[in-house]
Amino acid sequence: MKQPSKSVFAAMAMSVLLAGCAQGPSVAELNALTEQIVKASFRDQGHVKIERITATDETNRLCSEADVSGKPLAEAVAKRIEAANLQTIKWPSDGKFLGDWKQGEAIAQSGRGLTWTDQPGDANGGNCYNCHQISQEEISYGTIGPSLYNYGKIRGVTDPNSAAAKPIVEYTWGKIWNSKAYNACSNMPRAGHSGILTEAQVRHIVALLLDPKSPVNK
Amino acid sequence: MKWTHVLCTTALGLAVSAPTAWAQKTASQGIDEYRAMLADGNPAELFEAKGEDLWKQKRGPKNATLEQCDLGKGPGVVKGAFVELPRYFADTGRVQDLESRLVTCMSVLQGFNEAELIKTPFGRGEMANITALATWISGESRGMRFNLSQAHDKEKTFYEVGKRLFFQRGGTHDFSCASCHGEEGKRIRLQDLPILTKSPGDGVGFAAWPAYRVSNGQMWSMQLRLNDCYRQQRFPYPGFASDATVALGVYLGVNAKGAASIAPAIKR
Repeated sequence: MKQPSKSVFAAMAMSVLLAGCAQGPSVAELNALTEQIVKASFRDQGHVKIERITATDETNRLCSEADVSGKPLAEAVAKRIEAANLQTIKWPSDGKFLGDWKQGEAIAQSGRGLTWTDQPGDANGGNCYNCHQISQEEISYGTIGPSLYNYGKIRGVTDPNSAAAKPIVEYTWGKIWNSKAYNACSNMPRAGHSGILTEAQVRHIVALLLDPKSPVNK
Repeated sequence: MKWTHVLCTTALGLAVSAPTAWAQKTASQGIDEYRAMLADGNPAELFEAKGEDLWKQKRGPKNATLEQCDLGKGPGVVKGAFVELPRYFADTGRVQDLESRLVTCMSVLQGFNEAELIKTPFGRGEMANITALATWISGESRGMRFNLSQAHDKEKTFYEVGKRLFFQRGGTHDFSCASCHGEEGKRIRLQDLPILTKSPGDGVGFAAWPAYRVSNGQMWSMQLRLNDCYRQQRFPYPGFASDATVALGVYLGVNAKGAASIAPAIKR
């Protein structure tokens, strides 16, 4: 957080020196410099600690690097990341995947939680409508993610408790719990894995998407 | 007040026209009309006037004006400076954005304590003055096109660092700047999101801040714009005028090359 951080500039000068005069600093040097600048520039604010960005996991690190390079991850690396994230999924402790779609709608509407202006004890929202169309009634939806309107209907789910619906029900739970298990560098947060939503909240979201009575499937 | 009236009318229009696809079209048309009405008069003008006064006033422990402040085009040259910032400054040996440069000028010329200025919260005391100064200075380049220098090694390095910051995924939600600003034509809720990996066009994205925000009645500088993006990303707190915020500014500013500035703009 110090302003003209001397060490950062010393490192910059050094990295330029190391790379010689003909070309600029290497990718590794720029990555190291960025890391130093991040440490010097960001600070804790209330319950939001700097470790949130200095101690990110391999998934975020590799996906960020791929984004910077403009090239997608190598397929084998993507598969490895997906497998590791799949391992983290906590399946419903009582075997019940669906909760109450009405509560799910309220969670999907809420964008609250985990910023430095939120209180740590408050219930977090799912931020779902920020990026997805979900029910048809809510016209204020984002377009970063695909439309989820008719999510269950399109997938032919008429009875979420049936054996036929099981793969879709499990996928839906898993995708909400840890989106990176199915798409290594997905834009979607890992709601269960990262502690954004509780198990009960995930259940309500799954119901919002898959309950035939939910407005999503009308 | 006029603003409250406009807001209430629009909110009412939205509430009445909810359910069908037809209504959605009407709602977005309503929002476009609301935006057009906003552009009719911009309270940012008040901050511009305040900023111009502050620039010419003798203030601080040294009882001096800012008229000898070098914003990159020589002491006292204000016109055209905004659309070339952030840039490298030989006297400080640093790449600086407008606000960080104002902190330097206020400390060197007027004798303010740099560390004190930097830790003042947005909207308070001297920080409110820095925002007003930035508002006026940006307005002096209205209509001019962004053209940041990439001639100095440190400017090039800061662009590369800024690019890494832009794509840095982290926090509880794995968000990076690119989560929202990496693709064309996306929205959060009904809010259009500018693509920032290239120029999104005249008066959009980097070329639209500082801006007066009608929803909270506040004048927002680029530093506050970045700060609130990071807050919503669930990131920790970026220090005011820190190297990370300046490097990100270099990345956004260089990408905005050729875009005409409409700052100070007006936003919902």
